Amino acid sequence: MKKWWWKILCIVLLTYTFIGGLLFPVPRIMILNETIRNLYFHVCMWFAMMILFTISVINAVKYLNKHDLKYDIKSRQYAVVGIVFGLLGYATGVIWMSFTWADPNNPAVASFSAIAKEPKLIGAAIALLIYFAYLVLRDSISDIDKKARISAVYNIFAFAFLFPSIWILPRLLPSLHPGGEGNPALNYNDIDARMRLVFYPAVIGWTLLGSWIVSLKVRMNILKEKEHLSDIYLQEKNAPIHEA
Amino acid sequence: MISLSQIWALFKKDLLLEIRQQYTFYGILLYVGATIFVIYMAMEQTESQVWNGLFWIIQLFICINAVAKSFLQESRGRMLYFQALLSPQNFVLAKLLFNSLLMVVMSAISLGLFMLFLGNPVQKMAEFFGLVLLGGWGLSLVFSFLAAIAAKAQQSAAIMAILGFPLIIPQLLMLMKVSNTFFSKSNPEILTTVVLLAIIDLFVIILAIILFPFLWKD
Repeated sequence: MKKWWWKILCIVLLTYTFIGGLLFPVPRIMILNETIRNLYFHVCMWFAMMILFTISVINAVKYLNKHDLKYDIKSRQYAVVGIVFGLLGYATGVIWMSFTWADPNNPAVASFSAIAKEPKLIGAAIALLIYFAYLVLRDSISDIDKKARISAVYNIFAFAFLFPSIWILPRLLPSLHPGGEGNPALNYNDIDARMRLVFYPAVIGWTLLGSWIVSLKVRMNILKEKEHLSDIYLQEKNAPIHEA
Repeated sequence: MISLSQIWALFKKDLLLEIRQQYTFYGILLYVGATIFVIYMAMEQTESQVWNGLFWIIQLFICINAVAKSFLQESRGRMLYFQALLSPQNFVLAKLLFNSLLMVVMSAISLGLFMLFLGNPVQKMAEFFGLVLLGGWGLSLVFSFLAAIAAKAQQSAAIMAILGFPLIIPQLLMLMKVSNTFFSKSNPEILTTVVLLAIIDLFVIILAIILFPFLWKD
């Protein structure tokens, strides 16, 4: 019970998100109409992505402190799943955009270059490019310890840059997103009370789903890299084999 | 930890090496000249917006080429020698200092060549020159640290570009935005952006001091 309560919570919250998100009443706003329900999916993807990337950086810092490859595996897997959530965020955003921002007389593709210069899109693109580069950098180094150390350094350096750029970009470019000044979804008063009921549980639910996927991937990779992990983790699990 | 005499000695060593074997300096100079000449051939007339965009993109590529070799040139044996003698903070600060100087010089030269070949749409010359130096300095700091990472990964300039482009986008956007205001006589508010650029530069130096020790030893 101790270890898997959050998995049940994740299932419950996501079921609630789908049922509540599609059926509960929402405010009627011009142009947005029913597409406003996408908030529970689109915005949550970005929240989950940023949270997963942040955990990835925390694990990178832990690796540099303790030199334990377990943290390196975690750092990498959190980054990978964060990228998946980022791509899903783009996908849900494209659906939303094609009903609201795109010129109705043109196909959505034709309005792409006008819409793509959007601070939030650029911020997300920077985040994804950073973590793609992180993966390329990792794969270009063959020595395992060196790979872990150098990619952890890049992870921290890039993340320390990412946050300021997300704050700076909206000041430089005009935006179509609501709440251009500041952080729209974090501001308590920006979201209608009825929507908050579903939105906050949805954020937690999607983030838990991400962590669940990561935990499976981490366990798989720890098994794969068994012989390189020579610390407490192994002593717990495999002590008899090593003694023999 | 940080000792000015060590930084100065390392800086002088890099400078002397550069003066004695001038091929890298002239190599970059040739790169600057050739690139700007190609642009001169390709463009008939440049509007100030295009001029500005091209100028900063060229700065970016010059910076990658100028800074890329700074950590790669140290041989394995010499690195071991440095590790015995110096603290990593001093080493990285000396490198940042040298690359800053190199890039500031290159920025000034490329600005001169740009004006010679592509005309001069800038209205406020002194301010623009200051911004070019600040921008060159900022670019060199970011790419110096990435050069250290790339050198450890035994990779060429290609990986530096992959690692650096996403990081440099906001800085480049800010530089272009501020420099755009120098093309007209009007006086919009730019001070906060310039201060922000300077803060980012200091931030990079601090990050380099904190993170470089982890790259230093194998």
